[in-house]
Amino acid sequence: MEETTQGSSRLLNGFAETVSPAGERVAQTATEAKIEAIGFNFYYGTFQALRNINIRIPQNRVTAIIGPSGCGKSTFLRAINRMHDRTPGARGEGQLLLGGANIYGEIDPVKLRRRVGMVFQRPNPFVKSIYENVAYGLRVQGVRDRRVIDEKVELALNRAALWDEVKDRLHKASGTALSGGQQQRLCIARAIAVDPEVVLMDEPCSALDPIATMKIEDLIHKLRANFTIVIVTHNMQQAMRVSDMTAFMLMDSATRAGELIEFSPTAELFTNPKDQRTKDYVTGRFG
Amino acid sequence: MAGAKAQTTTNFRERLAQRTQHGDSIFWAVTLFFALAVIALVVAIGWVTWNDSALARERFGIGFFASSEWNPVETEVSPESFGAVPAIVGTLISSLIALILAAPIAVGIGIFLAELCPLSLRTPLSFMVELLAAIPSVIYGVWGVMVFAPFFTQHVAMPLSESMREIIPWLSSSQVAAGRGLLIAGIILAIMILPTIAAITRDVLTLVPNTQREVLLALGATKWEVIWLAVVPYARAGIVGGVMLGLGRALGETMAATMLVGNRPQVPGSLLEPATTAAALIASELINAQSLLHESALVLIALTLFVITLLLNLIARLLIWFVNRGPVGSVRA
Repeated sequence: MEETTQGSSRLLNGFAETVSPAGERVAQTATEAKIEAIGFNFYYGTFQALRNINIRIPQNRVTAIIGPSGCGKSTFLRAINRMHDRTPGARGEGQLLLGGANIYGEIDPVKLRRRVGMVFQRPNPFVKSIYENVAYGLRVQGVRDRRVIDEKVELALNRAALWDEVKDRLHKASGTALSGGQQQRLCIARAIAVDPEVVLMDEPCSALDPIATMKIEDLIHKLRANFTIVIVTHNMQQAMRVSDMTAFMLMDSATRAGELIEFSPTAELFTNPKDQRTKDYVTGRFG
Repeated sequence: MAGAKAQTTTNFRERLAQRTQHGDSIFWAVTLFFALAVIALVVAIGWVTWNDSALARERFGIGFFASSEWNPVETEVSPESFGAVPAIVGTLISSLIALILAAPIAVGIGIFLAELCPLSLRTPLSFMVELLAAIPSVIYGVWGVMVFAPFFTQHVAMPLSESMREIIPWLSSSQVAAGRGLLIAGIILAIMILPTIAAITRDVLTLVPNTQREVLLALGATKWEVIWLAVVPYARAGIVGGVMLGLGRALGETMAATMLVGNRPQVPGSLLEPATTAAALIASELINAQSLLHESALVLIALTLFVITLLLNLIARLLIWFVNRGPVGSVRA
């Protein structure tokens, strides 16, 4: 037991070593990163929102992105499944790789989003039955076989820890009739029903009460067995509770561009930060 | 010193509180007055048309709505006689043609402007659409009479009439050369209501929250799927509202209809021969009404049009209420 923990910690440290404030890649680990940014920049028109992001997000781990408002953490998260495509003038430059292929260039956006699911800040179920909410993504992706859909809906609701609460009213109740926490778990079920490789979560608990938040956090912990999870959160305690790795981002005060300050295993980032700015932030001195 | 200052502050606060204590109730009363004025106006219109049509109602009774007679000139063989059927049929058919032609195209324009249009094109195109809505209807009428009707009659109506003679009688007529009729009026009405529906569709689509699009996008949907599965369903009540507003305009449109429908108060046997609509009939005959009975019959036509419009609006409301309901057993959040 002790040995596995150490092994895992060493592995995670390997990821952290690849990032330095100067953005140089210091070391390479043998393990594949699920998502990798190499000198990634992001612009809204002429405004640079992200500068020189270098990060290697490990597979089947929970990676939290923290930082004060405006630091670009949501921008980065949404860059991973190209949610910015609808925004005129938004564009990514440099390399942002999913399984080694460049998200901006090599991968078709629609196919990309089938591999990278997303859970939003506010629970946003469709005004449809619970079953249809979960089945929707499958239908969009062309699954027609009723049995396959039934199975996947049940699996997804089970994984989202919602099955027992809704199994009796799958077709009768609307997704919008559930409580806020249940709605968010329904949205998670909807996102994972289509078997994505990565699940992005943009402050998924910010609209929920503490008990619902706790349930979602438990769920996130369990989900990493099957998915790579990247979560943006304002709540440092939440990052400590749910994540294996934590990235700290900060807005450069002169250019207002978001930068990655530090990326380490969560325990290390919070107890023994390398950068003074990280230390100031996690000890609550600003932000 | 400090005490005096505190005193003035209190006085000021008290005076301000006194001065504004009735503010909300006055505001409430003023807005209530305006709101009631709308109701009063509707009642007044109903009252006037009801009263002024008394003569015709007494003379023809309910049979007015079943009669296709329209004979304002009394002769020895045919007495003065009026019926609403030609006007009602003409109004409904020309508006229906306008709606069928305009609604799909207009909704398509609205979707393009709101969802697909490059930003550099959006503003000029939107401006043009709104400009189209602002053109006075008499200009559409003039264009219809001078340009469209001759072209349409020559190149579409005549060949159509020729080829449909044996197959579909209502698309064929011996009077096609007149260049007036319900089809041509309906097409001009379609052009007129197109910008109204397009502009409203665009507006309601831009009001759809982005999360609706993003959630479907994140499930791997294409633009097509995002539009048809998320955006349009969310905005459908507004789109139906826009279409109904267009229909309302088509029903009541007077000038262009008068210029293009042919003003023949009979139920036409074909879409290609001269007919009339309620609005066109009133506009063309009221100023030189032959008798009190004639005038009264025209007012009764106006009342009929008023009621048709109200009914259609009611149906539209019901439709919006109906499409807005979620799945069975749902509570809309």
